[in-house]
Amino acid sequence: MTYSIRRDHSRFRSIVKGKIKQDLKKYVTNGEMIGRKGKDQVTIPMPQIDIPHFRFGDKEKGGVGQGDGEPGDPIGGQGEPQPGEGEAGNQAGEHTLEVDLTLQELAEILGEQLELPRIEPKGQKTLKSKTEKYTGIANQGPNSLRHFKRTFRETLRRQISAGVYNPEKPVLIPIKSDMRYRSWKTDIRHENNAVIIYMMDVSGSMGDEQKEIVRTETFWIDTWLRSQYKGIETRYIIHDASAREVDEDTFFKTRESGGTLISSAYRLCEKIIDTDYAPSDWNIYPFHFSDGDNWSGEDTKICLDLVEQKLLPRINAFCYGQVESRYGSGQFYKDLKEKFGNDHASVLLSRIENKEGILQSIKDFLGKGK
Amino acid sequence: MASRLGTSGIQSTELTPELAQLRDEIQGHALSYGLDFFETIFEMVDYDQISSLAAFGGFPVRYPHWRFGMEYDQLSKGYEWGLQKIYEMVINTDPSYAYLMKSNNLVDQKMVMAHVYGHVDFFKNNYWFSKTNRKMLDAMANHAVRIRDYMDHYGQDLVENFIDHCLAIENLIDPYLPFSPKKSRSQEKEEENTEIQRRKEGGVLPERGRLKNDRQYMDQYINPPAFIAEQKQRVMDQAKQSRRDPAEPQKDVLAYLLQNAPLEDWQHDVLAIIRDEAYYFSPQWQTKIMNEGWASYWHSRIMTERALKDSEIIDFADHHSGTMATGPGRVNPYKIGIELFRDIEDRWNRGRFGKEFDECDNMVEKAQWDKKMGLGRKKIFEVRQVCNDVTFIDEYLTEEFVERQNMYTYAFNKRTNQYEIVDRDFKKVKEKLLFQIANRGQPLIFITDGNYQNKGELLLWHKHQGLDLDAKWTKETMRALEAVWQRPVNIETEVENQKKIFTYSAGEFTEKQV
Repeated sequence: MTYSIRRDHSRFRSIVKGKIKQDLKKYVTNGEMIGRKGKDQVTIPMPQIDIPHFRFGDKEKGGVGQGDGEPGDPIGGQGEPQPGEGEAGNQAGEHTLEVDLTLQELAEILGEQLELPRIEPKGQKTLKSKTEKYTGIANQGPNSLRHFKRTFRETLRRQISAGVYNPEKPVLIPIKSDMRYRSWKTDIRHENNAVIIYMMDVSGSMGDEQKEIVRTETFWIDTWLRSQYKGIETRYIIHDASAREVDEDTFFKTRESGGTLISSAYRLCEKIIDTDYAPSDWNIYPFHFSDGDNWSGEDTKICLDLVEQKLLPRINAFCYGQVESRYGSGQFYKDLKEKFGNDHASVLLSRIENKEGILQSIKDFLGKGK
Repeated sequence: MASRLGTSGIQSTELTPELAQLRDEIQGHALSYGLDFFETIFEMVDYDQISSLAAFGGFPVRYPHWRFGMEYDQLSKGYEWGLQKIYEMVINTDPSYAYLMKSNNLVDQKMVMAHVYGHVDFFKNNYWFSKTNRKMLDAMANHAVRIRDYMDHYGQDLVENFIDHCLAIENLIDPYLPFSPKKSRSQEKEEENTEIQRRKEGGVLPERGRLKNDRQYMDQYINPPAFIAEQKQRVMDQAKQSRRDPAEPQKDVLAYLLQNAPLEDWQHDVLAIIRDEAYYFSPQWQTKIMNEGWASYWHSRIMTERALKDSEIIDFADHHSGTMATGPGRVNPYKIGIELFRDIEDRWNRGRFGKEFDECDNMVEKAQWDKKMGLGRKKIFEVRQVCNDVTFIDEYLTEEFVERQNMYTYAFNKRTNQYEIVDRDFKKVKEKLLFQIANRGQPLIFITDGNYQNKGELLLWHKHQGLDLDAKWTKETMRALEAVWQRPVNIETEVENQKKIFTYSAGEFTEKQV
């Protein structure tokens, strides 16, 4: 019985995932639709998938109700009857479906839809990851983990060897030493390490809309890279004329009014790599988001040199995302492009004009399999 | 069957000795009240199993389809989140199977058992269930095997897709069909002849081929009788051919499709399976209020008069009132059903019916009317035997009842953009309620022509009763219908008092005014 519902259930899940894939652009563009649920789960609202029927328009229907109230009083809510007990209702409902997905599943959908290549990690597998699996057996444990079969067998064995077992009248009474419990074993695996260093310009010209785009984009980048590396760290740097490291929350909330010296962020980035992430052990992904304004051409030159000489030798890919704003000149993108060209293997540039552009931008960054 | 699932230990679906004893006790009470039911087998299941069973409409095995998975997803989530809980489920088979939730407490189990015996009595004795297949467990399993075979042979996607199309139109059946007398062959023949006769008389069939002739003596040369007879025969044949098919608008669209759509064998079988199951479930929709009302009436009586212990009163009252809860914007079938049965019993006990009572205009006398007839019990058993929800409401819903139950009609107010109470007038409440339950509150759709415009297109007719079709859903449904019929599909309807024909043809949806 349960076998066949499992099959129908997974069939339903795969249809749902297919729909999400189809509408991925909508979900990426409106990042707020996706809700986090615990550490590795998200919930995604989607329209109820339904088998169509001939039916009346919703607003037409009306009906009969029970209770107090004068004509003209609102009754609130939907007029649809709730399923009571009894037969399972297969009345068409109008509610939305809340679909739970693991981040892994979401990443798979993203990867399939954007045709993202798998990342070939560099460096040694130095990270030890432990997983605990309930494959062992122990003599002590809580009753909830009692292993019925093994306990039974122990009891049987003891009674037979003690000669108190009567096949005609099999009565088995387990004693304490017969009890067996499920127990865990720790599995150690070596994994690749990766770190993402997000840098963002928080000077006055980066408005709320631009930050929202960055927030959405980083969510998807995180999701994808997490699916590629077991252990992943994220660091956040904000900068205007000077740079500092902050936590995730501050990263998206801070707004400064000063000027912009991009080199300050790159210097800090370099320093973080130097102190914490040996390039031989780590896959390093610096992402920088800005509206493309820098204080001076001189600083830009420093930036380009920093990227070329200090960052590029240590990292997997340097990603620059330019969020277009009304105030930004967008010059920095051009400068980077001039220096590294369009097809540089590990300097990935992307311009994000508006929310609609996020999906393409994700592809720009992750489509190279770096 | 579920009973074969577990044999012993924690997986067992058998009743515990304590519950078995309770079952015997409740069964005894039910019998002593005169309930008459099939043998009823209770099984103990956990919430995951009951969610899965409920998703399958109560059956342990159904054909593979994602929709069951979706139901299951929602039911089990609803349970995990504490939003809903299925207390009981029972299926209309002989013997009947009922499921008890393992985690329920004893008083709940007692109440559920009493409720279940009410349902099974209803299944067994209500006229509208009399044509259902009581061996549906086997039939469902059989359907599952057949569809699985088709999936293995033709591919899951293809078959599932076709099932989707069939399910979109599964409600286009005629629940009254199993009860209408079958037409005999000679009757059909006769109708055919009258049709031809009618057309002839109406001038539709002039005597074609006859030339104008003033000189009668020349007639047999100008219009040779043999030639005229031949022409006449041709016209008759033509009339026969161009006769509309079906002759009358037919509500069982699925049957028409089965007979006439160009389906492959497996498709034909799949559609037949869907239709079969739709007919099996249809009495449950036709008697929802009565069925739940009847079962609730009996669990209430059995519990409060016989089975309930003092210590269980609070739990019982809590659960019972939860089941009977009413909310704005809906009618709880349990509540209306039980109250209406009680009202009927009371009226027939006191003789508050018939000409004399209806015509009494002394309000004091009427309020105190009591002829001490004691016919109540007999009457409700009679009602449960012959009525369905439509006749139940039509016949027994009284003005006093509607007033006492605080019933009203509501509608959507476009100006304020919300649902509002419209009226408490008895006639309107009754009319609206009847509309909601007749045909499950769905549009009445008939097939009127299988060769529309002589192009082999399908023509449906929406019998408009004041409400327009939902355009988006109509379009989707027509898409499914086209996939089954494999030719363009049309439907005659009204939109804002304007007669229209919707057409779905090769992925294009168009509408035109008539």
